[in-house]
Amino acid sequence: MEALMENLLTNVDWTEIGWASWDTLVMVGMSLLFSVLIGLPVGVLLFLFGKRQLLEQPIAYAVLSFVVNVLRSVPFIILLIVMIPFTVMLIGTSLGVAGAIPPLVAGGAPFFARLVETSLREVDRGIIEATQAMGATVKQVVFGALLPEALPGIIAGITVTAITLVSYAAMSGVVGGGGLGDLAIRFGYQRFQTDVMVITVALLVIFVQLLQMAGDRLVLYFSRK
Amino acid sequence: MIVFDQVQKSYQVGGRAIPALHPTSMTIETGEVFGIVGHSGAGKSTLVRLINLLEPPTGGRILIDDENITGYNASELRAFRRKVGMIFQHFNLLSSKTVADNIAFPMKLAGIYSRSEIRERVDELLKRVSLADQANKYPSQLSGGQKQRVGIARALACRPTILLCDEATSALDPQTTQSVLKLLADINRELGLTIVLITHEMDVVRRVCDRVAVMDAGEVVEMGAVSDVFLHPKHPTTRDFVFESESIDREEMQRDLEHAPGRILRLTFRGQSTYTPLLGSVARESGVDFSILSGRIDHIKDTPYGQLTLSLVGGDLDIAMNAFEAADVHVEVLR
Repeated sequence: MEALMENLLTNVDWTEIGWASWDTLVMVGMSLLFSVLIGLPVGVLLFLFGKRQLLEQPIAYAVLSFVVNVLRSVPFIILLIVMIPFTVMLIGTSLGVAGAIPPLVAGGAPFFARLVETSLREVDRGIIEATQAMGATVKQVVFGALLPEALPGIIAGITVTAITLVSYAAMSGVVGGGGLGDLAIRFGYQRFQTDVMVITVALLVIFVQLLQMAGDRLVLYFSRK
Repeated sequence: MIVFDQVQKSYQVGGRAIPALHPTSMTIETGEVFGIVGHSGAGKSTLVRLINLLEPPTGGRILIDDENITGYNASELRAFRRKVGMIFQHFNLLSSKTVADNIAFPMKLAGIYSRSEIRERVDELLKRVSLADQANKYPSQLSGGQKQRVGIARALACRPTILLCDEATSALDPQTTQSVLKLLADINRELGLTIVLITHEMDVVRRVCDRVAVMDAGEVVEMGAVSDVFLHPKHPTTRDFVFESESIDREEMQRDLEHAPGRILRLTFRGQSTYTPLLGSVARESGVDFSILSGRIDHIKDTPYGQLTLSLVGGDLDIAMNAFEAADVHVEVLR
């Protein structure tokens, strides 16, 4: 059995795979963290500035919405390239794990912001009204009622964003990003090492599955409806 | 005391002002249960939301205990709203919080209560609405009636002086409606709280309200003590509501009257006279024969009343009419 494995996977360097997996984890983890840190407040503002909402601001909404739409409409592979000068300015390099994180955040944050906006809109208006009737400030409505009520939806949004970031992170291999995608391109594609390709794809599939399962469990745990 | 002084509200729709409430003046006394009845779209929802300024008026003044609330700034308004509880048709409880946390929520928002004060008050309120054993459940685990009880407990948390009820029983079955209305009446009596209640069911008004305003197309068309409005409705909309609540088919009633001989009178008994054995003695004294075409005996809040439609034949009608009026019975000649 072991011999068979050796024969089939001649090109596979497991240490390399291990490091690449770790890199992917770091890229997804860090970019998810920043996407949530940026996307959550932007999503809340999008919701509050929206039509007939608490802080209705048509102009602010239009501006914010436009920026989000622009970032979301650029295909990620193009965003990776367009972002290079900015990434270099920000962290000194556009290569490796660190170099991949800014474009990943630029792709993930607006995506997550829209998901947050949508899940906040799902909250019953009556709950907002009731909270206002208790004499709550806008801040109290957001933190006391809106976010707790939308939490399951927001967690589902984080899951979807994380999975999107896994695929974006793999794509960043094209411009020297690092991680499993980089491995797949350099060895699997450019050197025709099909076994490396198969392993990296299998690992990505497992990774996505685990993320989805964990996300679903959390959503279930926080759902009281 | 809540005073509406020429209060009006209109919405801007496509650059045009659509009136939701025409200029309205009225007074709601401290400690009374005031009903506002009307069909959907009549403006009653708007009217009740003007009282805690969830809807700011577009004209006029609203005075609560002689203070003009329309002049409040943001922080004054928030402090004022804590003194006005509100319950809703669909309860509007936070699904992510337990029953106890829902009740504690307004106190936490106020930020002026200590943790032990909040715990004590929540326990007290849970007992008051008979939900002491449900404290750690989530709203989704409760029945409609229980949810509304949580809503009431939450509305009372900061010891308000006014309670606004927005179709509070419309989503409940008749039996649960009864118990929620009883709870509201008890609260009104025990705490001396002013209750403003909007509904589309005259029956709700009859059970708990002291006074009522009837609304139609953004206007208050009739207002007065519930017994007056209910027993002697003047405006067509009010009549519709009363007939509806007594499930009287007007055409059918008209047909019945056509078949009846002699004069037709409607007698209205109120309070103690409801129990007086009057008909027999009047018939003997005046020699009038009567048959009962329709009748109803019920309560308006705590006052018993009866309403009978009679057809009278023969004898001396004047003696009969005088005897009824002497006994404090209101007589209406229908034919």
